[in-house]
Amino acid sequence: MPEPLVRVRNLKMHFPIHAGILRRKVGAVKAVDGVSFDIFEGETLGLVGESGCGKSTVGRALLRLYELTDGSVVIGGEDIATLDPDALRKKRPTMQMVFQDPQASLNPRMTVAAIIGEPLDEHTDWPEAKKTERVYELMDQVGLNRRFANRYPHEFSGGQRQRIGIARALALNPKFIVCDEPIAALDVSIQAQVVNLLEDLQDRLGLTYLFISHDLSMVRHIADRVAVMYLGQIAELSPRDALYAAPLHPYAQALLSAVPEADPALEATRQRIILKGDVPSPANPPKGCNFCTRCPKVIPLCREEKPRLSEVQPGRFVACHLVAANQDTVGGHVSPGPEVREHNQQGELS
Amino acid sequence: MPDGASPVLDVRGLKTVFKTRGGEIHAVNSVSFHLRPGELLGVVGESGSGKSVTMMSLIGLLPSPPAEVRGGEVLLGGRDLLKLAPRDLQAVRGAKVGFVFQDPMTSLNPVFTVGNQIMEPLMKHMGMTKAQATDRAAELLDLVGIPDARKRLKSYPHQFSGGMRQRVMIAIALACDPDVLIADEPTTALDVTIQAQIIELVKELRQKLGMAIVWITHDLGVIAGIADRVMVMYGGQVVEQAPVKQLFANPQHPYTRALLKTVPALTGARAARLEVIQGQPPLLQGEPTACPFRARCAHAHPRCEAENPARRAIDGLPVGQGHDVACHWTPPPTSEVAHA
Repeated sequence: MPEPLVRVRNLKMHFPIHAGILRRKVGAVKAVDGVSFDIFEGETLGLVGESGCGKSTVGRALLRLYELTDGSVVIGGEDIATLDPDALRKKRPTMQMVFQDPQASLNPRMTVAAIIGEPLDEHTDWPEAKKTERVYELMDQVGLNRRFANRYPHEFSGGQRQRIGIARALALNPKFIVCDEPIAALDVSIQAQVVNLLEDLQDRLGLTYLFISHDLSMVRHIADRVAVMYLGQIAELSPRDALYAAPLHPYAQALLSAVPEADPALEATRQRIILKGDVPSPANPPKGCNFCTRCPKVIPLCREEKPRLSEVQPGRFVACHLVAANQDTVGGHVSPGPEVREHNQQGELS
Repeated sequence: MPDGASPVLDVRGLKTVFKTRGGEIHAVNSVSFHLRPGELLGVVGESGSGKSVTMMSLIGLLPSPPAEVRGGEVLLGGRDLLKLAPRDLQAVRGAKVGFVFQDPMTSLNPVFTVGNQIMEPLMKHMGMTKAQATDRAAELLDLVGIPDARKRLKSYPHQFSGGMRQRVMIAIALACDPDVLIADEPTTALDVTIQAQIIELVKELRQKLGMAIVWITHDLGVIAGIADRVMVMYGGQVVEQAPVKQLFANPQHPYTRALLKTVPALTGARAARLEVIQGQPPLLQGEPTACPFRARCAHAHPRCEAENPARRAIDGLPVGQGHDVACHWTPPPTSEVAHA
């Protein structure tokens, strides 16, 4: 087993809730509550889940864009959770981020050359000519015409803006890039262009990605292994093909069954697991398993005790009492019982 | 679906233009389609393809200026909506045509209770008293699967989750028992598991109420699971139209064919590399005289520049009835012919 490039252990990210005149802390939003995983060099780990499950928070915490509540994030042998500011700054060139909204993450008053070159200004003492050369090289790499170097972000389309964001992330030759929903804001026909670019760059530069997305089909395309998050925790982490062929965690099963497929014949025969209700508030997660309020297979134990993420098959990690209890019999395909095909709601008034 | 039935909605040659300082934008260009009773028509296209603008033009929801509906007919129950006075059109909206928008947060008024907003069209269009409207509103909330409906009438939109808000939007759109429901990307802002709930709800409501639905989306997967017939739009035009199975089994237009390939599959073989449609969508400035897709098309030839292709039937049925495509190019016959 090779040493992982990124090793995350028991990552917790709680955001305090203040209330009252004295702004006393009355609780915390447990956005990420004890997440552990490894990312190996050169691989793409997909991180999927629905809005509010904490996937973006994990991405940001990994680069220490937040101060962690607890846990460790070891990247290339150094625990960045405890690095002092100077050391962290020296570490930054090796880890970068591509953001979701290319409109909001590019400064409208800076030219493309200035945006892509900013990391070089910050982290190198190169002469101007060398920097310009590097900016041009980066623009070539991401498929932007050099002639556009002095234009402003608003003159570009969404897909091109995302290319600018990618070029900026590549400027310092990072090893590890967190891609936070990099294609969510783009049109279908443009998404493929950006995904292909990310794959090409990975092959050429040996990059390691954490690819955060809610698009399960795209994650199947790009990721080697996939982690499914629910309410601040990892429900299942499995190799891609194993997960998509036979998800083990009931939430992963429901999530995959809910994704519509562009094939009417297949759609007509598919059994869909319709989950009841909404995701509970992360400020007040349920006792026991986080999924117990919506799980179609819930048993009394689920409401009492939190299941731990454990390796139930080689390389497959699942946090579920049911899967842990009968390892041999589980592994069935998405096959909901009749009881899950209703959809009365339980309103979430919090 | 009754094929012979006369359509509830018949749109012919609709043209909508936006006047901007940079010139005119031809957002909708000679769009024709019809909707049969009880049918669900899927409209697919990327942002800027004109799908939403088409639907908003139908019932006069676009601000003018800058928008101007420059031609065409919109026949609903024998009347041309484009010729109606604003007051009469208002009576049609809500009563005959229900609209569900993409974002349930911005389309509900945050300072009124949900009950208030469902009752508004009932009292306005149906002449109900407050008590009657309250009863009907509770019934509607119950219909769209909101538990404890009567109590929830007093709640405000922020007290509902995204999926619940979309249910409320659907309840409002259904309030006056419309003939046509237009749903503009109703599940795009929702998570997949919530999207599955809403799709299941709409399928159920269709069976119960039997109204005709136009469902606008960019998600081919959603369309595959829910539509009877699909209309693909690109650059303000209808480029292909077909029964859903045929469209997916035997796509004719290069854009449709490419679009189907750019979406990675959830099951089955996994492509090593995604197919790409190079370039950007057109800007739609000026009168459209050429095929809007020519710049990105793998099969473009000089005729595509010279002449904007008209829709032609490929299965012998009249254009709009069966499978038609607006393209000069004919794909080679495939072995996987439609099973439809």
